[in-house]
Amino acid sequence: MSGPAKRGLAGPGTLSGATPPQDEAAMLPAEPLADLAAQHGLRPSALRPSLPAYCRQLWQRRHFILAFATARNVAMYTEARLGQLWQVLTPLLNAAVYFLIFGVLLGTSRGIPNFVAFLVTGIFIFSFTQRSFLVASRVINDHMSLIRALRFPRACLPLGYVVLELQQLLLSMVVLFAIVLISGEPVTLYWLLLIPALILQALFNVGAGMIIARLGAGVADFSQLLPFLLRTWMYVSGVIFSINTLSALKDHAKLQAVLHANPAAVYIDLVRYAVLRSQRLSMPGAKPYNQSHCAFYNLHRSVEPYWSAYCHAAPLSGPSVLWLLGAGWAVAALVIGFVFFWRAEARYGRG
Amino acid sequence: MAEPMVIVDDLHIVYRVFGAGGDKGTAAAALLRMMRRQRRPSIREVHAIRGISFVAYRGDAVGVIGRNGSGKSTLLRAIAGLLPPDAGAVYTTGEASLLGVNAALMDDLTGDRNVVLGCLAMGMTRQEARERYQEVVDFSGVGEFIDLPMRAYSTGMASRLRFAIASARSHDVLLIDEALATGDAEFRRKSHRRIGELRTQAGTVFLVAHNLNEIEETCNRVIWLEKGRIVMDGEDVPAIIDAYVQASGGERRERTPVSS
Repeated sequence: MSGPAKRGLAGPGTLSGATPPQDEAAMLPAEPLADLAAQHGLRPSALRPSLPAYCRQLWQRRHFILAFATARNVAMYTEARLGQLWQVLTPLLNAAVYFLIFGVLLGTSRGIPNFVAFLVTGIFIFSFTQRSFLVASRVINDHMSLIRALRFPRACLPLGYVVLELQQLLLSMVVLFAIVLISGEPVTLYWLLLIPALILQALFNVGAGMIIARLGAGVADFSQLLPFLLRTWMYVSGVIFSINTLSALKDHAKLQAVLHANPAAVYIDLVRYAVLRSQRLSMPGAKPYNQSHCAFYNLHRSVEPYWSAYCHAAPLSGPSVLWLLGAGWAVAALVIGFVFFWRAEARYGRG
Repeated sequence: MAEPMVIVDDLHIVYRVFGAGGDKGTAAAALLRMMRRQRRPSIREVHAIRGISFVAYRGDAVGVIGRNGSGKSTLLRAIAGLLPPDAGAVYTTGEASLLGVNAALMDDLTGDRNVVLGCLAMGMTRQEARERYQEVVDFSGVGEFIDLPMRAYSTGMASRLRFAIASARSHDVLLIDEALATGDAEFRRKSHRRIGELRTQAGTVFLVAHNLNEIEETCNRVIWLEKGRIVMDGEDVPAIIDAYVQASGGERRERTPVSS
């Protein structure tokens, strides 16, 4: 490539920085560069695509999102000796710990029929949202090298991780079915409601996860804080107690309504309603109001746990209201989260 | 006149670096700072690119040379659209892909999964990814290690695989940042040929390398950066490289004959 003739031109001593062979200006065209760019249809490189174009790109990458989730799922436990068995063991151990503390030691089980199934359902459903949020808060920083190496819509990453968490959830659902059946609940057509409930929750996780992914990418303090926020959220979402029948909430209808309307409680209640007959039967308002039965329940919770059904329904606790809330949260989170994440698309590589 | 592919117009890039020191780094110091409502003293601004303009055309292979910290990698990241300009603008045709030495893809996944995921992430369909798979693996020369996690790879193997993945698709603008530095002689020859192919597939290639011979073998144009400014920019590659070597106080290079 570099022939002897060319090399002769650059003989020693004939060149220095002060007398360049072709200076910078000589390489530039005469017209303003912005005009030249416009004329040839060049676009600013740091410009994010339009929202419809972004959606199209994302749809085009659907195979990537699925393959990414599967690959991550497989890689997650490759170092552990028990391997993929941990996918089932982790939720089981989680449930065992919470049962020990809240069921046996603290006795929050009082007045809740089939507490084990109630608790395990709550934990599995809540941890789907919890884990989705935790990975979302780190997803941009953890995949910085991938982001800097290849160009793809960054929303693939939080999306891929929610798909991954959904795959894990489906495995824990198998565990859940086993626990529910062993604890004496029947299989009914209500179980089919599990499918729309999980779909709504997954959509909510995707949307809210995108908000968290952008916050986590921008402010490093956020991912430090998030675990504490999530733990607080878990304790107010009726995972380990029932918002319907907790005696401390009896005279605070507004607070009860707020707790019921929060998305985690909504999705947990929807799944419990689908899978647990004991919950459907014991829900306050499930039977016509009976003052003496209700009073008896409030005095002797463990004796007749199903008599909570004779009390007044708690605000925002009916199934139809819950379905509306669940759909509303999912749509709102998805729309807001997606737009919020997309608006920072060009900045995720900065680090 | 040739069609411009990349236009850099009076570009300025400023990094805001956190944790640059100047703070004792204890919790008490952080609290005191917040009570006094001071800005974080540890934020320092580094003006990495100070007004660069050039136009690169279809089929160009542009080498970028300069000392450490002269702004080479920053320039590439700006062209790739990963760093928004503080002033000025970068215009490109289509998409610019950056292939950096630190682009580890996914360390905990096996090589073959990295190949498939990389191809899919670049927008290939499953079918295309399957078709390209063997070609990428063969080109990388990783051989039997392909089913090991990438963290088990040597630096050279990892960078070969990364280059093989990134070059599996034709790019409008390909930016290569020291990615070939760790390859052995045979791989350098192969990648040299591949870069040539990418150029003819209607692309523009930018190459940052400390190995000046590599620039000279590969590039038809070279840009010499110093402290975020262009010192020289031209198509007489050997002359500029010689000037650069002289300015940095080095000996004149022994040029190895190239088989291209």
